[in-house]
Amino acid sequence: MKLYEFQAKDILKKYGVCVPRGKAISHSCDASKIFQEIGSNRCVVKAQVLAGGRGKGGGIQFATTSAEAQASAAGMLGTHLVTRQTSQEGIEIKYVLIEEAVSIKKELYLAITIDRSLKTPMLIASGEGGVEIEEVAKKSPDKIIREPIDIFFGVHPFQTRRIASKLGISGISSARLNSLITNLFRTFINNDCSLLEINPLVVTMSDELCALDAKMDIDDNALYRHPEFEQMSQYQDISPVEALVKKYKLSYINLDGNIGCLVNGAGLAMATMDIIKLHGGEPANFLDVGGDASLEQVTQAFKIILSDSKVKAILINIFGGIMKCDVIASGIVQAIQEVGIHIPLVVRLEGTNVDIAKKILANSGLSIIPANNMKEAASLVVKASEHGYSHK
Amino acid sequence: MGILINKDTRVVCQGITGQAGSFHAERMLEYGTKLVAGVTPGKGGTTHQGVPVFDNVLDAVTNLRANASVIYVPAAFAADAIMEATEAGIELVVCITEGIPTLDIIRVKKYLSTKKTRLIGPNCPGIITPDACKIGIMPGYIHKPGNVGVVSRSGTLTYEAVWQLTQRGIGQSTCIGIGGDPIVGTDFVDVLRLFQEDKETKAIVLIGEIGGSAEEEAAEIIKQEITKPVIGFIAGSTAPPGRRMGHAGAIISGNKGTAVSKITALKNAGVAIVDSPADIGETVAKVIEQARIS
Repeated sequence: MKLYEFQAKDILKKYGVCVPRGKAISHSCDASKIFQEIGSNRCVVKAQVLAGGRGKGGGIQFATTSAEAQASAAGMLGTHLVTRQTSQEGIEIKYVLIEEAVSIKKELYLAITIDRSLKTPMLIASGEGGVEIEEVAKKSPDKIIREPIDIFFGVHPFQTRRIASKLGISGISSARLNSLITNLFRTFINNDCSLLEINPLVVTMSDELCALDAKMDIDDNALYRHPEFEQMSQYQDISPVEALVKKYKLSYINLDGNIGCLVNGAGLAMATMDIIKLHGGEPANFLDVGGDASLEQVTQAFKIILSDSKVKAILINIFGGIMKCDVIASGIVQAIQEVGIHIPLVVRLEGTNVDIAKKILANSGLSIIPANNMKEAASLVVKASEHGYSHK
Repeated sequence: MGILINKDTRVVCQGITGQAGSFHAERMLEYGTKLVAGVTPGKGGTTHQGVPVFDNVLDAVTNLRANASVIYVPAAFAADAIMEATEAGIELVVCITEGIPTLDIIRVKKYLSTKKTRLIGPNCPGIITPDACKIGIMPGYIHKPGNVGVVSRSGTLTYEAVWQLTQRGIGQSTCIGIGGDPIVGTDFVDVLRLFQEDKETKAIVLIGEIGGSAEEEAAEIIKQEITKPVIGFIAGSTAPPGRRMGHAGAIISGNKGTAVSKITALKNAGVAIVDSPADIGETVAKVIEQARIS
């Protein structure tokens, strides 16, 4: 789960990290009141979308009067922000964050993430803040500082001293960096983050360290022990399909093609997309029903594919292990009985309870194109999607 | 012979009375696995699927000399279950459970670093040495004893590969699903080394997927240490970048973890790369044939 900047900053504040004073709003009429409450003669109005590159897309504007703040907020809210990280349609701006503008002496980059190879939380810092860190890593990798953090010990003071010296920070700021990093790591661990990125982290004119931006991703697997995020998720922007996907714990990604796929297991689902492409077709989606899907989950998954109007044919590819083929078969039959189907359906089943599954499908009276293996399945579904073959 | 498990491996099932645990305990027993005990806290003294149930793993080890464990407990309790098995002296822990928080697994890995116990998984199908021992959730009938070692990050895609081998009459020494999570107990490198040492394994199938750098690291080891032929497939070569494809593992960012980067690394290490997931069996057959001729 990705958090909005304002949500992440609220959490950081609780952990003693300095963030600019401000508030998020969803109605532009509140903007001038917030501007006055902040009491600074210069504020910044920031579009809250879960994508980077907002500045260049016009999603970050300065205001020196409450009227300007109101105008900026009104100009953003309800419009779509297009950045290099969004689609061409962009993302609707539902919230803007208004906060005091901070006087900047120096911009830094600081993040904590998981290093998969070293199997540890990793602190990443750079003196090149405020720009895309991927670019810095590409152009001048020596400017990226990495410090693995011991999950049990936390950050050692010698590590923050080392980082401070590499960043060219000394004196009071150095001591502040130590407590900041400690606080960030506490935030990271206590909230089960997979990413906590502060870019830029600024050194202000008064040598404070202040998080001007914040990106926080929460490990979805850990949400069960964080009921507080349940409340935040109502702000998160999700489509009706995404809401269904979430409710039924499916893994679904909509793509551009016309062949709907329903597969169990992420690896096999990706391989199924690969083989469709190799046979000249285009997958309409990635859909992994998971390892132990229930009848209801399978039915819902199938309905999601059927609701996608660009889908011209469907391929179901199941290799049952923990998942029983008969559950898949019953799910398909139930979904078709409920919503009907007007496009060709190719089914390839193998694995646990496959014989029962084949009987269920055969006895259902539904017109299903059976396939004995992946190659045959891919070839059949690609042909079906091209010929616009339809069920009687 | 195979690696890590054999017909004498004595398995305890943690979470045996749960739905998945119960179902797969039965399948394992059917397959001939020496499933000697189950563990469910509070249900000690009962029997389930004809197997004695204990309150904790240590009792199962003390009473019935279990030396391997398979875990089906819910994600919230899985890290604890792994450490409990380790503390009880279990040598091999296979964690099937999916959805374990990443930080929990990092803590477990750190804990295991000073122990002798090997963890396979989490979020994996398990390990099987055909006709000897099956620990996990894979359908038994798709396997056949033989000389090809299979290692994979995926569950169902492993079954697909194994089934293609078996249908061509090519048997397997041991098949291991190492798990689809970003951090797993045993990685490609560990398994490749074990297969290299195993006399019965003559060729290795490696099935990877986009995201992370495990395949690139495997390629390094293959180049340096593995003399047996390796056949590889990488799932997700057509996945659009920046999108997360189900496995937490399968996230591409920038150039890192792309199918191209993995395939290039493996090809450079001399791995026979299969382009279509339907051609894994065929390619293995060809490679084995070539190895026989030369």
